[in-house]
Amino acid sequence: MIEQLVPAMVEICGPDGVVTDPLDLRTYECDGLTSHRAAPGLVVLPRTAEQVAAVVRVCAGAGVPFVARGSGTGLSGGALPRTDGVLIVTSRMRRIIAIDPDSQRAIVEPGVTNLAVSTAARPFGYFYAPDPSSQQVCSVGGNVAENSGGAHCLKHGFTVHHVTGLEIVTPAGELTWLGDGTGAAPGYDLVGAFVGSEGTLGIVTKIIVKLSRIPQMVTCLLAAFETTGAGGAAVSAIIGAGMVPAAIEMMDALSIEAAEAAVACHYPQGAGAVLIVELDGPESDVRRDAAAVRALCEQAGSTEIREAVDPAERAVIWAGRKSAFAAVGRICTAYIVQDGVVPRSALGPVLDEIAKLSAESGIRVANVFHAGDGNLHPLVLYDGGTPEAEAAAEELSGAILDLCISHGGSITGEHGVGVDKSRYMTKMFGADDLDTMQLLRCAFDPAGLCNPGKVFPTPRLCGEVPGARRGPHPLVASGQAEQF
Amino acid sequence: MADDAVLRALAAACPAARAADAGDAVAGVAPRYAASPASVAEASAVMRVAAEQALTVVPRGSGSRLDWGAPPRGCDLVVDTLRLDQVVEHAAGDLVARIQAGAGMRRLGEALAAAGQQLALDAAPGDGADRAGDGTVGGTLATGAAGPRRLRYGTPRDLVIGITVVRADGTVASSGGKVVKNVAGYDLGKLFAGSYGTLGLIVEAVFRLHPLPAAAAYTTVDAAGPAEARRLVAAAAGSELAPTAVEISRAGRDRPVRVGVLLEGDPAGVGERAAQLRGILGAEAVTSPDAPAWWGSTGPPGGRGGAGTLIRVGFWAAALPAVLATIDGAAAAGGLDPLVAGSAASGVLYVALGAGDHPAAAAAFVATLREALARGEADARPASAPAPDSPPVLASAVVVHAPPAVRELVDMWGPVPGLPLMRAVKDQFDPGHRMAPGRFAGGI
Repeated sequence: MIEQLVPAMVEICGPDGVVTDPLDLRTYECDGLTSHRAAPGLVVLPRTAEQVAAVVRVCAGAGVPFVARGSGTGLSGGALPRTDGVLIVTSRMRRIIAIDPDSQRAIVEPGVTNLAVSTAARPFGYFYAPDPSSQQVCSVGGNVAENSGGAHCLKHGFTVHHVTGLEIVTPAGELTWLGDGTGAAPGYDLVGAFVGSEGTLGIVTKIIVKLSRIPQMVTCLLAAFETTGAGGAAVSAIIGAGMVPAAIEMMDALSIEAAEAAVACHYPQGAGAVLIVELDGPESDVRRDAAAVRALCEQAGSTEIREAVDPAERAVIWAGRKSAFAAVGRICTAYIVQDGVVPRSALGPVLDEIAKLSAESGIRVANVFHAGDGNLHPLVLYDGGTPEAEAAAEELSGAILDLCISHGGSITGEHGVGVDKSRYMTKMFGADDLDTMQLLRCAFDPAGLCNPGKVFPTPRLCGEVPGARRGPHPLVASGQAEQF
Repeated sequence: MADDAVLRALAAACPAARAADAGDAVAGVAPRYAASPASVAEASAVMRVAAEQALTVVPRGSGSRLDWGAPPRGCDLVVDTLRLDQVVEHAAGDLVARIQAGAGMRRLGEALAAAGQQLALDAAPGDGADRAGDGTVGGTLATGAAGPRRLRYGTPRDLVIGITVVRADGTVASSGGKVVKNVAGYDLGKLFAGSYGTLGLIVEAVFRLHPLPAAAAYTTVDAAGPAEARRLVAAAAGSELAPTAVEISRAGRDRPVRVGVLLEGDPAGVGERAAQLRGILGAEAVTSPDAPAWWGSTGPPGGRGGAGTLIRVGFWAAALPAVLATIDGAAAAGGLDPLVAGSAASGVLYVALGAGDHPAAAAAFVATLREALARGEADARPASAPAPDSPPVLASAVVVHAPPAVRELVDMWGPVPGLPLMRAVKDQFDPGHRMAPGRFAGGI
């Protein structure tokens, strides 16, 4: 069936824009969530929005599902292909169309990497604020799909706070703009609804983003503590003092150990936890806040505090944190990374409970997290060679998510639901909640072809429920039609 | 005339249901019934009865913005949220608050300030001098109302992290939650923000809070004209001083453009930054801890700001001089000389026509302004991004509120790009088109 689409796709994308060879197709079988793999039926690499629209029209006409993929770095399987579908890869749509410091906007194509936006804006004194750790590779289109955050979202917000307009291809294959870049366009905020919809409402082909002024000064403090509890107390004190740092990150002993092995970051020896606090803004404010943060960390019992203003020195402090996920590969052969969120004030008890779960199961958990907003990344470490170990790790992972939910948190702070966590959606939301959310899906994609099977465990039947309407049909009531 | 059977059904669902009276009119449309549910369960039951009886429904908070948007095509039932007025939870340690939709913004502000925190939203121009601050949380979210500090903190859609709504058929649904980092599921909060009650009844919202700054300083200077005003606005917004707001106000076509910049933060830091700001804005710039009288206002001080026609123009910030020129051209053609004020660095300006301006002239002004915007006269389009690499039009003009005589003559919302998708969303959430029909953009 899929093979029948090839001639049309070749006509749209050119012969070098269509992948059919089975071995080549396998290179697209997963994104950053390597535990879920499925070779796509077909891969296309369009270069323009019009080509994306034409491809989608072919899929829609044939009733074939399609999935969009940016850089394939997502951690929830949002770009996991359909074996019976088309994978639409946007990595050839890499134009930075405009950098406009006068209006503090940029227009980019979806395949542009996150970091490339900031790099292009830098000469004008601006940057693009949402900065996932994968920013050198991840695409802005992917950021839109996942509503990506990054370490600095504590102060600077997420993708949705920085997007003021989107050109999308609807699941029916039409090109349309949502919003006009002002943030004040009339009508429903479909931009806000689309960002974070994980590629299920359409494919974004142009993004209008806000640019942020590069801060006058940035400073970074690294504070060591004997326990994560002490670190958490420092965080509470910092927030309680009315400060909003750009970032507050914490790593526990196990993740520090791994990071040291990987990148020799030389964090204070024997620390039970380290806190990285980054402050940015006008120089006078940053200096004042840095002194206050230092004092609060000392009061909370910090055993060592380092500070860096110079970008190279700051990079050294950050190197350990940024390497953390990959670094645990040094101390285990496989890991599951979770993305749960708890209210920041519950961090202490939750970390204690994770430690208890870890001890009971005998499975090691390294904790790296955005301490400022309660977004945890427990790294559940296991021996990748045995299915039993993997199953046990999955179970522990699930228990950690249950913990997050029971504390009033979320199953995902930034990685998205995708396929990875759709089975947990019913723990966080009721049937009516999921049903209502899916009304949006029905509005955009009544045929259910756009990245189906993601986010929601049970798809909603779109279309009118028989008998639901009582009273006169609206068209009759408004005098536009008669019923006979 | 009230139908007893319908009223009985409503009262069974919600004891505080009654026949409507003259005070319940929505933009001149008189409802038959009114209900004030005291709980989400009662609100759901009321909406279910409304669905069974095929009643058109208009949600109401304090009623302070009922004349925003177009009058509804039908309004059988007004559901007000004033008995859903509690701060359900203020998690100060997490900078999060869960609030029922009927809670008043002013009272909420006082409660949060006691803990040194705030929901960082200003009253919007159009809220009028005598009704500023007494809007409800639900109304603020449903109208997307925002004021000067939108530059730094955004608008209601940027601060909402969770929402509970009652759909037209009575279904209660929530999305988001009470943590700021949350991407699980679709964000109905963004969808309902600014939706004017047309998708359902908002009963609860969770917001991200900010600390109250220790100090504030307003630095003001007059610009001779639009080009100078744009230069000063751009200099302030493009500085490293992290302004919270950059506003302008021009009382009339031949008057100077007043420019004001708000800095917030630590007192000593604010002082230092204000000094640097004065260096940028010039020797005439003056700093004060108090906002200038014109700040965030489009009406005469002390008067009812909402009596005339208020238009909100959205644009790319660099287009400020062109926007002012376009407004001036349209106004002069009709013999009008409106006040123009707003968040120039955010690309939002308000045009305030007086209550005494002739309705036909006001309507002609709106039409002329919109025609000019549609021609691209206020589009600050980047040179490297001609359409279709950028949207067809980069500016819009919406009539926020207008006196009835003007409302009859004018399309309140104007052109709405992306309308078909919006209609599809409306059809899914409210297939019977009973939620505030006709109040919203595109006649939705």
